[in-house]
Amino acid sequence: MKKVFALIAAFIPAFALASESGVHLDKHLTDLTDTASLQRGAQTFANYCMGCHSLEHARFNRVARDLGIPEEQMKENLIFADKQFGELMTIGMHKEDSKRWFGATPPDLTLVARVRRPDWVYTYMRSFYEDPNRPWGVNNAVFKDVGMPHVLAGLQGRQVKGTAQVAVGFDTLTGQEITEEHEGVLYLAEEGTLSAEEYDKVVYDLVNFLVYMAEPIAVERERIGWWVLLFLAIFFVPVYMLNKEYWRDVK
Amino acid sequence: MSKQQNTLMGWIDDRLPVTQTYEKHMSKYYAPKNFNFWYFFGVLSMMMLANQILTGVWLTMNFIPSAEGAFASVEYIMRDVEWGWLIRYLHSTGATFFFIAVYLHMMRAILYGSYQKPRELIWIFGMLIYLALMAEAFMGYVLPWGQMSYWGAQVIISLFSVIPFGIGDALTEWIRGDFLISGATLNRFFALHVVAVPLVIVMLVVLHLLALHEVGSNNPDGVDIKKLKDENGKPLDGIPFHPYYTVHDLVGIVVFLMIFCTVLFFFPEGNGFMLEYANFEPANGLKTPAHIAPVWYFGAFYAILRAVPDKLLGVIAMAAAIAVLFVLPWLDRSPVKSWRYKGWISKVFIVVFAVAFVELTWLGTQPANDLNTFLARFCSVIYFGFFLLMPFYTRMEKTKPVPERVTGGH
Repeated sequence: MKKVFALIAAFIPAFALASESGVHLDKHLTDLTDTASLQRGAQTFANYCMGCHSLEHARFNRVARDLGIPEEQMKENLIFADKQFGELMTIGMHKEDSKRWFGATPPDLTLVARVRRPDWVYTYMRSFYEDPNRPWGVNNAVFKDVGMPHVLAGLQGRQVKGTAQVAVGFDTLTGQEITEEHEGVLYLAEEGTLSAEEYDKVVYDLVNFLVYMAEPIAVERERIGWWVLLFLAIFFVPVYMLNKEYWRDVK
Repeated sequence: MSKQQNTLMGWIDDRLPVTQTYEKHMSKYYAPKNFNFWYFFGVLSMMMLANQILTGVWLTMNFIPSAEGAFASVEYIMRDVEWGWLIRYLHSTGATFFFIAVYLHMMRAILYGSYQKPRELIWIFGMLIYLALMAEAFMGYVLPWGQMSYWGAQVIISLFSVIPFGIGDALTEWIRGDFLISGATLNRFFALHVVAVPLVIVMLVVLHLLALHEVGSNNPDGVDIKKLKDENGKPLDGIPFHPYYTVHDLVGIVVFLMIFCTVLFFFPEGNGFMLEYANFEPANGLKTPAHIAPVWYFGAFYAILRAVPDKLLGVIAMAAAIAVLFVLPWLDRSPVKSWRYKGWISKVFIVVFAVAFVELTWLGTQPANDLNTFLARFCSVIYFGFFLLMPFYTRMEKTKPVPERVTGGH
């Protein structure tokens, strides 16, 4: 394959495809308190994913409440067809149809962040690359031969797999970037409507939303947890003193 | 029996021995005064049992025991039922902490020889509870009907098929109620998990306690406190369980709850050891997960199973690992109870055994590669060596003299 110098190597992670399962995953620093990010993620999901993927255990009104989205806005932007505000976030696509179209029914994604973990989803959504041998013209470095097309290709651009210069560190003396030529790395051959940085941010928000979706109570759970621990810590004092008082006369 | 005939309590006592029972088991049950840290785990096990029963009752109110509805109903509990997430996490995290308490409770018995004469029956009842608890936990894990529920059940139930003479296959089919793990299996496991096994466990716990209170509690010195009594016939080293140990246990309960709540509220998945990640995907009989691992509390026995290259022998080894615990009271020939007064061979063996058990637990949750298989075999040998060599080393070694009275304590 011809040599291409990746100009923005720093922003494109290098996937050492040493083994099938041993793909390096980029870290997703989940922040469920970033409501704006969750809202953007929900928007992206509704626009790009929900045609095929349901969130069948979640309800529109719960998402609206948790993410601080007004009912009207939610109905306008995130609820399709004749769905009610309190309904489960199912989709209209029939499972038999989608199986015929894609080879496998697109899975429900309510719990995907809990099953696959955030890092995996974050890396997966940024690891599509052009592969003419696949029905949709793309393959995925994290999920080999996946049946899913690269839905966000318009945003990301054309990503290909080949030999490229990859940043491996910095020269400690000059501070200059050290690059090495690596085989089998993913790089952008052509930018989409977003820059690489912007695209990563879109995927970050999307995964943030999916982590929220997998366990909507997570933030509240931790908040309550602190109060429970505080109560137990205070309760410990009289319990400890009661014990000490009784045991005073045991010799 | 009752002196106050004209009170309500007197009226009841004449018809039902409430006061007498309370005195026998609480206010006049004399327990050794030198209980230490290890003695918290009996009451903590009981607390976790109560937690499992209470939260379990509330879970059944919204759980749907069918292959079609189970998975979605668990998510319904997690999302739409008021405080459902808390009840579910109390139950799932509770299972882990139940086993932690039970394992430490069993370790206490091993350290201080609490299974020795005259407490063999207490130990036997305890082992039966442990056995029932393993069945209970296993069936409970199948109920959410995730991938690990399904494939874990597939692996464990298929173990019965190694029984020869055509019994095995018929038996597995009978247990599953189908040719494969299916909704029929889920339904019967629900019935057993919610009704039958909990009843058995509660009854066994009653027997465990009755047998304990008949002979009295052991202690870290293994001294019989009933030998030395004061002029009123009360043991010199004994104190009434209530109020001394009730207020004492309360301290342990609060500390234990702090650890329990930390895990429950901040790490409910237990890093994939308590709620396995693959179990958030609905059961699919056509898609075998790459790595089928048991929940952590079965790890040790699963590791022993895999350590043996032959499947039939592996199942036998695993069954033997549990069975050998039952005969522990008759393997220990030492004249003393507590490891404090046993010889150095016993002390070393107990520590090495505990380390091997923890290591096996870890290995059972990990993929079997060459190193892990070697370690599992090594630890299995230690596990069985501890028990099977016990009749020899406990008799051979030189023990230290046991004091008349208990030491340390308060």
